[in-house]
Amino acid sequence: MKNKLLARTARLGGLSSALLLAGCELDVLDPKGPVGEGVKSLITTSVIAMLIVVVPTIILTLWFAWQYRQSNTSAEYLPKWSHSNKIEVVIWGIPALIILFLAVITYQTCHSLDPYKRLEAEANTKPLHVQVVAQDWKWLFIYPEQGIAVVNQLAMPVNTPVDFDITSDSVMNSFFIPRLGSMIYAMAGMQTQLHLLASEPGDYMGESANYSGRGFSDMRFHALAMSNDEFNAWVEKVRASSEQLDSQTYPKLAAPSEANPVEYFAHVEPGMFNTIVAKYNNGMVMDKSTGKMIQVQQSAMSDMNMKE
Amino acid sequence: MLGRLSLSAIPLDVPILVGTFIGVLIVGVAVLGLITYYGKWGYLWKEWFTTVDHKRLAVMYIVLALVALARGFADAIMMRTQLALAYAGNPGYLPPHHYDQIFSAHGTIMIFFLAMAFMTGLFNFIVPLQIGARDVAYPFLNNLSFWMTAVAFILVNISLFIGEFSQCGWLAYPPLSEMQFSPGVGVDYYIWAIQISGVGTLLTGVNFFVTIVKMRAPGMTWLKMPVFTWTAFCSSILIMATFPVLTVAVALLGLDRYFGMHFFTNDGGGNQMLYLNLIWAWGHPEVYILVLPAFGVFSEVVPAFSGKPLFGYKTMVYATCSIMVLSFLVWVHHFFTMGAGPDVNAFFGIATMIISIPTGVKLFNWLFTMYKGRIQYHACMYWAVGFMVVFTIGGMTGVMLAIPGSDFVLHNSLFLIAHFHNVIIGGVYFGYVCGMNFWAPKVLGFKMNEAWGIRAFWFWLVGFFFAFMPLYVLGFEGMTRRINHYDNPAWHPWMLIAEVGAVLILFGVVCQLMQIFVSIRDCNKPENRDFTGDPWNGRTLEWSTSSPPPVYNYAIVPHVSSLDAYMHDKENGIDTRQAGAQYEAIHMPKNTAAGISAGAFALIFGFAAVWYIWWLAAIGLVGVIATIIARSANKDIDYYIPAEEVARIENEHTRKLMAQAAE
Repeated sequence: MKNKLLARTARLGGLSSALLLAGCELDVLDPKGPVGEGVKSLITTSVIAMLIVVVPTIILTLWFAWQYRQSNTSAEYLPKWSHSNKIEVVIWGIPALIILFLAVITYQTCHSLDPYKRLEAEANTKPLHVQVVAQDWKWLFIYPEQGIAVVNQLAMPVNTPVDFDITSDSVMNSFFIPRLGSMIYAMAGMQTQLHLLASEPGDYMGESANYSGRGFSDMRFHALAMSNDEFNAWVEKVRASSEQLDSQTYPKLAAPSEANPVEYFAHVEPGMFNTIVAKYNNGMVMDKSTGKMIQVQQSAMSDMNMKE
Repeated sequence: MLGRLSLSAIPLDVPILVGTFIGVLIVGVAVLGLITYYGKWGYLWKEWFTTVDHKRLAVMYIVLALVALARGFADAIMMRTQLALAYAGNPGYLPPHHYDQIFSAHGTIMIFFLAMAFMTGLFNFIVPLQIGARDVAYPFLNNLSFWMTAVAFILVNISLFIGEFSQCGWLAYPPLSEMQFSPGVGVDYYIWAIQISGVGTLLTGVNFFVTIVKMRAPGMTWLKMPVFTWTAFCSSILIMATFPVLTVAVALLGLDRYFGMHFFTNDGGGNQMLYLNLIWAWGHPEVYILVLPAFGVFSEVVPAFSGKPLFGYKTMVYATCSIMVLSFLVWVHHFFTMGAGPDVNAFFGIATMIISIPTGVKLFNWLFTMYKGRIQYHACMYWAVGFMVVFTIGGMTGVMLAIPGSDFVLHNSLFLIAHFHNVIIGGVYFGYVCGMNFWAPKVLGFKMNEAWGIRAFWFWLVGFFFAFMPLYVLGFEGMTRRINHYDNPAWHPWMLIAEVGAVLILFGVVCQLMQIFVSIRDCNKPENRDFTGDPWNGRTLEWSTSSPPPVYNYAIVPHVSSLDAYMHDKENGIDTRQAGAQYEAIHMPKNTAAGISAGAFALIFGFAAVWYIWWLAAIGLVGVIATIIARSANKDIDYYIPAEEVARIENEHTRKLMAQAAE
C-alpha cells in the first residue's frame, strides 16, 4: 500500500518514484500508532477516489489541447457546438458522486478520528495522563500521576493510550508528533485534548505546528516510546533530578528561552496545570469530568505571577 | 515630537536592507531624473495620476501589481535560499527577526498588492467595455481606490527601511500579534496597510457592483452578460460582504494594541479563537474573490482561441454563483485543529468539498470548449492549458485538506503551502497573466510579444512544479511552515529542489519583464499594432470598439441582442459601432486631484499612527476628510465632448478599418 501511494505521489509531482523511495521516509504515511494508521488509510482512500476524476481530466486536457490544435485540419471542427445535456449530466454527476462518497467517509472519520475520543486499550492497561503546556519556546510535559515534569522530552510506554490535556502559557501553538497522528492547538486559558498511542518503540520527532514567534523553529521535542519497564526506569531517572517545579520556580522556566535543553523535574506541585490555565481565566478552570467551571486556589495564583 | 520614531529605527545593522535601500535609491533617483529630464511630470499628472478613466487606472493597477510581484518574489526567493542553506547547524543568512518579517511581508504583499491589484486592474480593463458602458459608475471613487491601494503598498515598503514589518504571518494571529508579544511597530504597519488598502478594495467592490447592475448596454440581460463580467460581479459582492469583516477584525486588534483593550488577548476576557473566526470569515471568501475573475478570464480566452462559443454558458454562471454562496460556509476548515467537535468539523469539511463540484464543472466546461475546436496557440492559450493541468492537482490536494481527519496531520505543514500556491499561482496568477496578454492590445493598441510570453509561461510552469511538488512531500514528512532552520537530513534534498524551482520562476519573472520591455519597444511595428480593434476575432463587446478605445469607449452605446454580442453582430452583418450615425455630445467626468490628495494624507496618517506621532496623524486624518469634503462640494466635475469631436475620432477609426479591409 505504502509503495503504491508513494508512486502515485511521485507521478503527480512528475518526480521519479525511485528518487522518492530512496530519498526519504514519509513520516505521516509511515505511522507508528493507530491514530496515524487511521489517518493514513483515510488519505489513501480519498486520494484514490479523487484520482478517478483527476487523472482523466488531466489526460483529456492534454489530449484535447493536442488533438484540436489549429494545424490538425483532419480533426472535426464544430464552430457552433456549445451544449450537450448528456455531457452536463456526466460532469455534474460524477464529481457529485465522488464527493458524496467522500462526504460519508468524512463524517465517519470525523467521529472515529476525533482527537477528543479516548482510545481503546487492551485489558489491564491504564491510560497514561500527560498535561502539555506550550511555553516560549519549549514544551512542558507534566505527568500528574507520577508527580514529575519534563521539558522537551515526552516518554510513554508502547501500546498504552496517552491522554493529553493541552494548554499554552504564551501564544497559540499546535502540539504535533507526525509519526503518531493528529495535532491539536494549544491555547492559553483553554484546555484542548488529544489521544494518541504508540504501537512501536522509537524516538519520534515532536514539534509545534503553529508559528509562535522568534524561537519557533527550535520548539521541538523527542517523543520516546518505550517498554513499560523502560518507562518506569525513565520515571525514576526523572525523580532522581534535583529540580522541583512549583510556584516559585515556575516563572523562571516559563520565561522565554530558545532551543531549550531537556530538563527534568523530580517533583511538580499538584494542580500546576490547572493553575496555568486559570491564570488567564479569572482563576477559573473547567473540570473535564463534569464540564463545570471551578475556582482554582487563589494563593497558588498569586504566586504564579499573572504576567512576566 | 516624533513619537517612538528615532534614528535607531533605521536598520543600518542589516546589510541586506542597507543594500536594498541603496538599490532602491539609485533606481528611484534614475527614474525620477529621467521623468524630469524628459519633462514628463505634467503629462504623468494630467494623463495618469489624476485620471478617472478606467482604462488608465487599469494600467496603473497592473503596474502596481508588477512592482508588488517584484517585491513579493524577492521575499520568496530569499526564504527558499534560507531554507536551502539553514540545515544541520548552519543558521543560514537570515536570522529569525528578519526571516519572520519576510514571510509575513511575502503573504501580505502577494495577496493584497499583487493579486488584489492585478484583479482590480483587470476589472478596470474590461468590465465597462464588456458591458458597453462609458466608464464605471463612480469614476472618482475608482481613482481614490487606486491611490488607497498604492499608498498602502508604499507604507508596507517604508517598513523595510524605517522600523520593521510584522513578524506574525500574513494574518497576524493573536495573541502573538498583541502588544504583549509583539511590542514593535511591525504589526502596526500591517494594521494600517490593511486598513488603508481595505478602503480602496471595498470602494472597488461597490463601484463594480453598481456599474454591472446599472450600466449594462440596453438588451444585455443577466444571461447575456459575458462570463468575465459575471465573475467580476460575484467577486464584487464577496468584497462588499467580507472586506468589512476584515476591517473590523483588524480594527479590534488595533484597539487591543493602541488602547489596551482585550478582544483577543490571552487574559482580561480576550479570545483568540474569535479573531481566527473573523479573519477567516473574510479570508476564505477572499480566495474566491481572487480566483473567480481568473475563471472569468479563462472563460473568455478559451472560446476565443478555440474558435467556438463557451461550452455550457449557463452552467458556468450557475457554478460561479454557487461558489460565491458556498464560499461563506467553509471558513472553519482553516482551523479544524482548534478542538471543535466532530459534527462541526464534518459540516465545514463537507461544505468545502461541495465547492469542488461546481469548480470541477468549470474545468470540464473549458475542456469541452476546446473539444472539436480549432485551437490557436497564442501565449494566452499556453497559460490557459497550463492552468487546467496545475489547478486540477491543486483542487485535489484542497479536498484532501478539507477532510478533517487528513487535515489533522497536514494542517500548517508545507503540504498546505504547496496546496495554496498550487491554486493561487496555477489558478489566480496564470489567469491574470493570461488576461493581461489577452486584453493588452485592446487597452494599449498593440499586442504583447509572443516569444517572450511563451518563454515566461514555460519557466513559470516548470518552476512551479520544481518549487512546490517537493513541498507536498515535505508536508508528508512532517515539516511545518514558517520554520527558519532545521536539522532533519531527509528534508534537505527537497528544499534544494524547491530552491531550483524558485530560480526557474525567477527566470519566468525576468521573461515577463522582457516581454513587457520588448512589447513596448516594438509597439509601432505594423504587425504588432492593432488597427481593427479585434485582433483575436473576439466574441464580446469590448472588441467592437477601437484599440485603444476612445476615452468615452462607445460613441453610440451598442445594443445587445444575444450572448457573445459582438460575434452575433459580426455573423449577421450588423455594424455594432453604427459608424456614420448621428453622433451626440458625450457627457464625461473630469480628472481630479482629490484621489491622490486623499491618498497622500492617508499615507501620512498611517505612518504617523504607526509611530505614535499624534499631531502628524491628526494632520493626515483631517487632510483626508477635508479632501473628501472639498471634492463633494466641487460642482465642476464633468464636461461634454462635442459631437464634432466624437465624429472626428469615429470617422478616423472607420477610415482605418476600411484601409485595413482594402489591403
